[in-house]
Order: sequence, then C-alpha cells, then structure tokens
Amino acid sequence: MSSAASSGAYDVAVVGAGIVGAACACEFARRGLRVVVVDTEVVGGGATAAGMGHIVAMDDSEAQFALTRYSQQLWQELRAELPEDVEYEQCGTIWVAADEQEMAEVWRKWDYYRERGVPVEVLDGQSLKRLEPNLRDGMAGGLLVKEDAVLYPPCAARFLMDRAQKNGATLRLGASVAEIGQGRVRLADGLKGDALKDDALEIARLEISAQIIVNATGAGAADLTPGIEIKKRKGHLVITDRYPGFLRHQLVELGYLKSAHSVSSYSVAFNVQPRPTGQVLIGSSRQYGAEHKEVDHGILMRMLQRARQYMPGLGPKSALRTWTGFRAATPDKLPLIGPWPGDKSVFLATGHEGLGITASLGTARILVDQITGVRPAIPIEPYLPSRAAKEHVHA
Amino acid sequence: MLSPVTLMVNGSPVAVPAGTTVAVAVVAAGQACRTSVSGEPRGPLCGMGTCFECRVAINGKPHCRSCQILCEPGMEVRTD
Amino acid sequence: MAAAVRAAECGVRVGIVDDNASLGGQIWRSGSEGGQPKEAVGWAERLRTAGVTALCSMRIFDQPEATVLLAEGTDDVHELRCENLVLATGARERFLPFPGWTLPNVMGAGGLQAMVKCGLPMRGKRVVVAGTGPLLLAVAACLRQHGAEIPLICEQASWGNLARFSLSLLGQSLLGPYGKLIQGLRLTAELGGTPFAANSWPLAAHGRQTLESVTVSRGGKSETIRCDYLACGFHLVSNIELPLLLGCQIQNGCVQVDDLQRTTVPKVLCAGEPTGIGGVELSIVEGQIAGLAAAGRATEARKLFGERERARRFASILDRTFRLRPELTSLPAPETIVCRCEDVPYSRLRQHTSWRAAKLHTRCGMGPCQGRVCGPATQFLLKWNPASVRPPIFPARVESLAAFADGPAPEHNQVTGGI
Repeated sequence: MSSAASSGAYDVAVVGAGIVGAACACEFARRGLRVVVVDTEVVGGGATAAGMGHIVAMDDSEAQFALTRYSQQLWQELRAELPEDVEYEQCGTIWVAADEQEMAEVWRKWDYYRERGVPVEVLDGQSLKRLEPNLRDGMAGGLLVKEDAVLYPPCAARFLMDRAQKNGATLRLGASVAEIGQGRVRLADGLKGDALKDDALEIARLEISAQIIVNATGAGAADLTPGIEIKKRKGHLVITDRYPGFLRHQLVELGYLKSAHSVSSYSVAFNVQPRPTGQVLIGSSRQYGAEHKEVDHGILMRMLQRARQYMPGLGPKSALRTWTGFRAATPDKLPLIGPWPGDKSVFLATGHEGLGITASLGTARILVDQITGVRPAIPIEPYLPSRAAKEHVHA
Repeated sequence: MLSPVTLMVNGSPVAVPAGTTVAVAVVAAGQACRTSVSGEPRGPLCGMGTCFECRVAINGKPHCRSCQILCEPGMEVRTD
Repeated sequence: MAAAVRAAECGVRVGIVDDNASLGGQIWRSGSEGGQPKEAVGWAERLRTAGVTALCSMRIFDQPEATVLLAEGTDDVHELRCENLVLATGARERFLPFPGWTLPNVMGAGGLQAMVKCGLPMRGKRVVVAGTGPLLLAVAACLRQHGAEIPLICEQASWGNLARFSLSLLGQSLLGPYGKLIQGLRLTAELGGTPFAANSWPLAAHGRQTLESVTVSRGGKSETIRCDYLACGFHLVSNIELPLLLGCQIQNGCVQVDDLQRTTVPKVLCAGEPTGIGGVELSIVEGQIAGLAAAGRATEARKLFGERERARRFASILDRTFRLRPELTSLPAPETIVCRCEDVPYSRLRQHTSWRAAKLHTRCGMGPCQGRVCGPATQFLLKWNPASVRPPIFPARVESLAAFADGPAPEHNQVTGGI
C-alpha cells in the first residue's frame, strides 16, 4: 500500500466511483491488486444516484439474462452484510398485464424463467388484486418474480467502496479526469478534497500510472475513450411522501419492454417501487438526444399520467421531488465489459442502460476474472467491447 | 362572538374557538402532531407551513399541514 | 400586497397568489385572535378597491415554460399566465439545532407567535424566548399581551451590537412603528421586569414527551429554566426557491435586483425579504416600486427611491447587529438531529464534504421540507453551499404534477393577467 503511494503506480485505476466502478474496485482489492478510484465529487453521484435501484433478472436476451441473474444472485449472497442504509429488500417484481395480449407475454416469461431456475408465479386478475389492492380494477394478471429486490444505490456504492478501501484501495474524490490511455490517467486540475489528506507527493501528481485502467464513467464514457458507441438515454423519476402499505412489490407494466426498445425520441412506462420508508418511487421514461439535465415537463406529466392509469390512488399522493438521470445505452443493449481494442491498458465497464445497479456485481466479477485469468461464471463474449470495434479493427 | 367548534382529536372531542387552526387544537390538547422516522414525538416548529412537522391525518387524508388548516365541526384528526 | 395595489391602481389587471388562507403573509397574519395592524388593514382595503384578484390557499410549485406558473390549491391545480411577475415570497425563520430542539413545544419565535394568533392559549404559560433578531422582542410583546409569563429573553448578539443598534434607531428617526416598538419594548422590558440577556443562547431543551425546561448560556454560565414553550429562532432566511426556479441571479442567498426591483430574468421583479432581509418598511416600499415598475410607471417608482434608501439603512444595521456568533456552531451534539424530516443526526452529516454528498448518503434534505429547515442550519454549521432547485419547489400532489399532460389547462383552471 505505501509503496503504491510513494511510487504513484497502481495495478489498476478505476475511473468512476458509481456503483459499477465501486463494485470493480471492491473486486480488484479483494484479489489483492493495488487499486485507485478516481471521481469528481461523491461516490455514487451520477446515474447511480438517479436510478431506481431495482435488482431484476431481465429476459431480453440470453446474454442479458445471464448477467442480470448471475449478478442478482451475488447481491443475494451479499445481503446479510449490507448495512441498513442500503435498504436491500427482496420485495419481488410483478410484471403487470393489462389485457390478454400482455397475459400471453406473462406465460412466455413464466416459461423462460422457470426453465432457467428463476422462481416465478403467474397471477390471475384476482390474485394480482389481492397482492396489490391499489392497482386499478380490470388487470388481466401478472408474473411475480420473487427473488427480484430493491435497494438504495448511493449507499450500496458507498458500501462497496468502503469494502474496497478496507482491502487497500485508494479513493480520490475531487479529481476531474482529462485523459486516459497507455497506462496513465491524466487529471485535469490536480487533486482536491479528500486527497488533501494524503502526502504531498500525491497532491502534486497530476498523473496516475496504472497497468490497467477501467473506464466506468457511464453515459459519458466516450469522452474518455473516443469510439465507444454509447448514447445518453435520459430518464425521469418522482418520489412521494410516506404511505406505508400502499405498494408492496416493484410493479412494471409489460409495455416497459416496448419502451426500452423504442427507437423513437421518447417513451414512458408504468414502473413503481416501494421504498422501505413507505415512499413510492415513480418511473419511468426514456429519451434519446436530450443533453440537459432539467426536467422535461411534457415527459414528466405523461409519465405520471401513465402511473395514475395503473394506480389511480397515486393521484392525491404528495410528490416531494423529481429528478433526471442519464443511462448509458449501447446499440445492442448489452454492456461493454472487457478490454478496449484501441488501447492495451484500457478496459471498459460501462453501457449498462437501466441495469447498472443489478449488473454491477456481475460486471465486476467477470471483468476481474478476465484480467486475472480466472474462468468467469458466465460467457463473456456478448459483452466484449471488441464486438463493437470489429469494424474499426478491420478497416 | 363566534361559537366554538368541536372536532375529534384521536377519538376525543376538543372544543376550540372558531378560527383556530388544527395545529393549535392538537397542541392545546397536549398531543404531539406526529411521530418522526425514528419514533420521536413532534409538534409544530415554524407555524407557517414550511417545516412539515405539524402533519396530521384529517378525515382520513394523511400528511395535512395542520398549521394552515382551520378547524371545522366534526373533523376527525388523527396523529398516530 | 403593496406591489399588487400600486400596479392595480395604474389600471393593470393584477392577481396575487398566497399559500395562506388569507393575505398578509407572516407579519400581517390574521388569525382567530384577529388584530392585523391598521396599516395592513389599509393595504387590504386598497387591494379590494383596486380589483386585485386574490388567489389564496394556492401554492406555486413549478414553471413549465416562461410566463406560465402552476399553482396547487386545496383540491385543484391552476395554470397562471401573466406578462409580468412580482416575486414577494418573503422569508422564514432560521433554525439552529441543539440538544432537545425536536421536543414538542419547542417552536420558532415567529412560529409560536403564529400559533398564538391562531388561538393557542398562553395565559399562565411560561415561555422562554431565545435566538436572535428584532423578532424576539416583537414576539415577547405579543406573548405577554396574551398572558404568558416570560422568564427570560436570550439574545445571542452582544450588548455592544445591541447598543449600537438602539443608538442608530434613535439617531436616524427611523420609519415609525418598528423603531419605536423596539425602543419602547426595551423600556417596557426593563420596567416590566422581563429579564433580557444579551450574549445568551440556548444550550439544551429538556423533557420526556414535551418540553419541560431549557438550559441557556448566560454570562458564560448555564442556567436551567422551567417552561412550557421555547420560542426560538435565529433571524430570517430569504425564500428564494421560486426565484431560483425561474433562473434569477442570486448572490449571498439574496435575489439580485436593479433599482427598479427587476431581477436578471426579463419581466420578473422581486421585492421584500428575498432581495435581502430588511423588515416591514423596506418590504412595503420595495413592493410599491416593483408594482409600479411592472406596470410601466418607472417615473413614479423613482419617487420612492428616497424612502427605500432610508429603509435600507435599517436593513444593513439589522444584518450587522444580529450576525450569528461562532459559538453557535458547537451547539449540536453528535446525536442531535439536524434533518428533522429524515432524522439524520449531526455525526452522520459531518462525515461528508458537501450538501449533495450528505443528501445522497444520509437523505438529509430529501424530506418534505425540501431542505428549508436543515439547509440554512447546515450552511451555518458546515459551510455547505445549497444546491439548485428542481420542481416541485413545494410538495405537490402527483395529479397536480401530471395535470395538463395532454395540453393547456381547461378555461376554469386558467388565470390570466397583466401581472
């Protein structure tokens, strides 16, 4: 540890202290590598802070399922160690079917999950109403996925970072990264904040040397690694005051998938989550092409209208805050985890769209497995950055 | 002279002069308005509707800022 | 009110929005115990005569586009469209945490006064008044009028500051009532036997379910006083949430305005406490200037500049006199709750280096008060800078936030006006 400090060299530099970066740092440190994590302001302050904290096994594709299910199980293994402020709760997800057409989709999912060992239960209209009395009448039914969970992401990221630090990782906040590559992380304006506690040698250093650099900066990853195909996909969220008992499970409309796949400029879907406090988190929306972080009123209004259509009781509830965030979206909807073909020292751990919280632990495992020569638990090919860069390489 | 208003606070009748706010009725009856997240009893702090400590349930509707609501006859106020 | 009156008297169509059931704000609050000062009644009368549309029990929570404001009423939501906007959002009390401050019957100074005006019985009750600012004396006077016994008034400012304050009041024949009130009250306090201590502040409030006693620091020693209520406020903080939402330039927590009370946002003016805490007289003259300026009567507005100048002198004296002393930063104990909405203790907050970091990791400021109580406290204690605002700037019903999703409001929910 002290040798790293005096020489300024680390085995790994992780750029980005969001949940993915924190998970990676934790994994690297656990395996005895010397890690430094760099971020501008606070741990878990980007998309990590904006997201819903939904830990979900998604069946969009085999690759997506493999990563989310693997990751979900890692969260389950960790749950006993998670502190209270992480608010991990295995409340389960109910995919809600509004009509018979969506009910057919319920059965398809049931089949898919059951085949792969995920405990699921089909609910008819009556059972659904019993489990969630505040859904409007007339729903066709739903699919209950019992092992899905929710948590509070900034504190989860903090927990992982604390653990990484306990295993020797260094955290540098208040640092803005200008450039990465060729074994060097160049900082924009020196080290500030927490870094001031360390020795003078480090403070003066505007460059960090590391054999391995992990770009875990989310939606802005292409700024540091030009050529990554990542687009910002803006989302809105609203949280209410405390209404204990109003909602018990994370509820997602089956139209969510249409929303996530949509290529038009924006879409909204019914997606609500109970917080252990009794507050209700209301989402979700997706937009391409929006760069500013201000609330888009038209989209916010439509998102809330959609939510009210499914749960009329939400109308009179007191809404305390609204916010936006930027998901990192890739063209094939799978994250980028692995070596970047353009630079031997750069690795990517980004592009998770709306599944960053879920997939963080699995991402960290398979990334560090790749680097340390351990056989990953799931095939890594679908997530390799080289899949996208193939054209660049051959050109 | 306006006649007094009688409302129910946690099941017990409380009589107050007309024009009294619900917060005043609750405090004058010696009750706390709400219980905080960690279980502390709380009463009004700012008296002007910005601190949210005076929230009570009125006629079944939760989170009503009682310092800004006038007592009405027959109102059911609950602080639990 | 002053702005609305002057604008309306020029023939402009004016609407005034307030979240209370009746107009008057805090200083001119009317309650069951009645008694609005004559001046307030006068302005209210002029308001009615001039045909101003009063929209009470309405809270502005968002601005979806320029010239459109969304306001939530008790059961409905309205779209307010106007050409010019005068912001007179006033101020609220600053609360500083100390052990026991969350006990029921510990209230703000203005807070307790508001409750008394709305009917809280005071006869025979013992009330300690503490904190800082001229409000303490006004509150003490009001409480005494209603039959309360005041064992002590604790003002954290030094005797020196207060002496200079009184001298300046005497020296500059200041605008009537307030100046006279303070002078008069000091005399009454001394004559009437209400103990008044400068260099004094609360150390802790004690009690099991409600307040039973207060320990204060007085002359370097601590003193415990049995009491039924503690009226405690540390001067005022400007309500700048709406100006922030509209994009007005803010400096040192105050809205920047030019000499016609215009903010940096076109057609948006601001008057009163949000431009700097300055008291009633300054607010009234600033309001008039803003109203006239908004109505296009700059020449008439300029006639009031002299009056405003005189009122401003009082404001700057206020600021200097009642500045918070550094000892107050050591009032909270590690376990003292600072964020009352989310019950976050001081010790947890101190682990973070910024308001945003603390908010994300402890949920401080994420409750319904949206940081109105804990924000100023942490700003003073930890020197954090507050963050920007997002809608809703006041909690609003989901259905209000969702309203007008399919287009502009129906006729009956629209209010249009010149101002």
